[in-house]
Amino acid sequence: MKSGMENKDKKRPNKKGRFGLYGGRYVPETVIYALDELDKFYNKIKKDKKFIAEFNYYLKDYVGRPSPLYYAERFTSYLKGPRIYFKREDLNHTGAHKINNTIGQILLAKHMGKKRIIAETGAGQHGLATATVCARFGFPCVIYMGEIDLVRQKPNVEKMRLLGAQVIPVNSGSKTLKDATSQALRDWVTNVKDTFYIIGSVVGPHPYPMIVRDFQSVIGKETKKQCLKRWGKLPEAIIACVGGGSNAMGIFNAFVNDETVKLYGVEAAGLGLNTKFHAASITKGKPGVLHGAYSYLIYDKDGQIILPHSISAGLDYPGVGPEHSFFKDNGRIIYGSVTDKEAVNAFKLVSHLEGIIPALESSHALAYIIKKERQFKPNDNVVICLSGRGDKDMPIIEKWDQEYG
Amino acid sequence: MDSRIRKLLTNLNGRKLLIPFFTAGYPDLDTSLKLVNIAEQCGADMVELGVPFSDPLADGVEIQYSSKCALDNQISVRKILEGVKALRKRSQIPIILMGYYNPLIAYGETKFMKDAHHSGVDGLIIPDLPIEEAHPLYDKAKENNLSMIFLVSPTSSKERIELINRYSTDFVYAITVTGVTGTGKVFGRKTDVYFKKLKKLLSRPFVAGFGVASPESAKRLTKYSDGVVIGSAIIKIIRNAQNKSEALKQVEKFLSTVRKAIP
Repeated sequence: MKSGMENKDKKRPNKKGRFGLYGGRYVPETVIYALDELDKFYNKIKKDKKFIAEFNYYLKDYVGRPSPLYYAERFTSYLKGPRIYFKREDLNHTGAHKINNTIGQILLAKHMGKKRIIAETGAGQHGLATATVCARFGFPCVIYMGEIDLVRQKPNVEKMRLLGAQVIPVNSGSKTLKDATSQALRDWVTNVKDTFYIIGSVVGPHPYPMIVRDFQSVIGKETKKQCLKRWGKLPEAIIACVGGGSNAMGIFNAFVNDETVKLYGVEAAGLGLNTKFHAASITKGKPGVLHGAYSYLIYDKDGQIILPHSISAGLDYPGVGPEHSFFKDNGRIIYGSVTDKEAVNAFKLVSHLEGIIPALESSHALAYIIKKERQFKPNDNVVICLSGRGDKDMPIIEKWDQEYG
Repeated sequence: MDSRIRKLLTNLNGRKLLIPFFTAGYPDLDTSLKLVNIAEQCGADMVELGVPFSDPLADGVEIQYSSKCALDNQISVRKILEGVKALRKRSQIPIILMGYYNPLIAYGETKFMKDAHHSGVDGLIIPDLPIEEAHPLYDKAKENNLSMIFLVSPTSSKERIELINRYSTDFVYAITVTGVTGTGKVFGRKTDVYFKKLKKLLSRPFVAGFGVASPESAKRLTKYSDGVVIGSAIIKIIRNAQNKSEALKQVEKFLSTVRKAIP
């Protein structure tokens, strides 16, 4: 049988940091010791009741969890399809799911005695969430951000600076998230002894994909409880957008062993899957190595990474987390994609119908249900992970309207 | 099996290895191959040819720059192997390819090993492939008589240094400092302590690389190591030269000075 069930009892990842074929640690020797240190520390502290209580305390009183499971009534009537619920990660402090993970990692950094924090950011949501926890816990903070992202996500850059972070523009390569990640890794290789690298998605070398998934899995655990309380059973389907894939792994993780729940990951098809301008690593890529892990990746015949494209800066990444690659191969998660245009339409539609401005990233998940609602029965309950709010995307939408509106 | 690297290492008699690094395809493929000949004339013992990758995460600005130029010139693994093959008609200097893992995956790992061997490549350094992940590739390299050189770093534990010593073929590459290539640091007592430790733990020869920018640092580093790798400093010379022939001359001058500075 092709499903995640055969791995139910096996550890994911295994000791070597593998999700099936994927994952591992493809990094320079210099940072191996830091990964070993982090792995060992995390495996010990994750069972520590005091640490768990501390993490939960900040999630509740600082982030504002649990986030609501909201019945999108007007969106549901518009679709005339299944009942749609939004998991409201947009209501978290800093406006996205990213802070669940940065709270967890800053606590690790604190307990490990690290002195300095670095992070990469694309849309700026992870950078903002990192700058926020650094302010709260008193850490010096350096955020690497591609020059192009810096311009298109300006409101977030200003917020990060206000919070005391140093935002360093990255002007190498495509000047977007992939290059910001490379630059953060270079910083880490250089300052590895006292610096903690807060990775923002379920990507990178082991143990990061596991740690980020674990910290984000609060989304799925809450969703499960909320569904059971509300209608006494699990949802028929869950839909989440996938760039690196942290909000998706976060909401899916609690459900991967519940075979009746269909899981859909939605990638960015950009200008179309048959153009060169997309960021659909799973749908159109091949397994390869970038930023420390073996996973689906978009590269040319010579192995050079192809510059991805998505209107959403948070999905504009040529790779994807290794656990997604694993679930793609075994069929447990179904991966689809939507274009820039479909995402923008969903962004506007949901703003009009629900009074909720979704992030362009999350708008990909919304667009998917608009496109595929016929696959569901009217009685189905479908949960969409509304991973972030869309205020930061207003300049992009304005520009889009000038070009296509 | 005999190899150019093993032949070189068994006849050292106290000579320290001078190993220049050139980015294949920078400023163009022909010039980078000419640089190999010039290096040999200046007394280089081995060369490293960099295989450009779009995302060189262990490299500083100079090698990032040269890699990007080479990729803009449409360099590829296939062209580099053809270049080495042509070079072998006029030179038998040991050649090591240094490059990231993904271009090898794209080329096909088995095919790459065969083709590299047939082109006259002697060994490989893959900076994003630590020993734990190297296994399938390691066996294929062995089958094709290619050396796999692994890196040790100031942060490597004693256990890892011993493992790297076991798996690294022929010699070990010691990263001088925690950092990326091309920092051009001044090496002090800390490096001496680290290198003395390596000398004790390694049974194989080891060469020092990353940030070796001057004849003085080369001299200092060969006190304990068996040689030096110089990369970014050379790229910088080429980058600052008025034209290609000027670049060749300047590199020749620089390498001759370094050769004189080390035993």
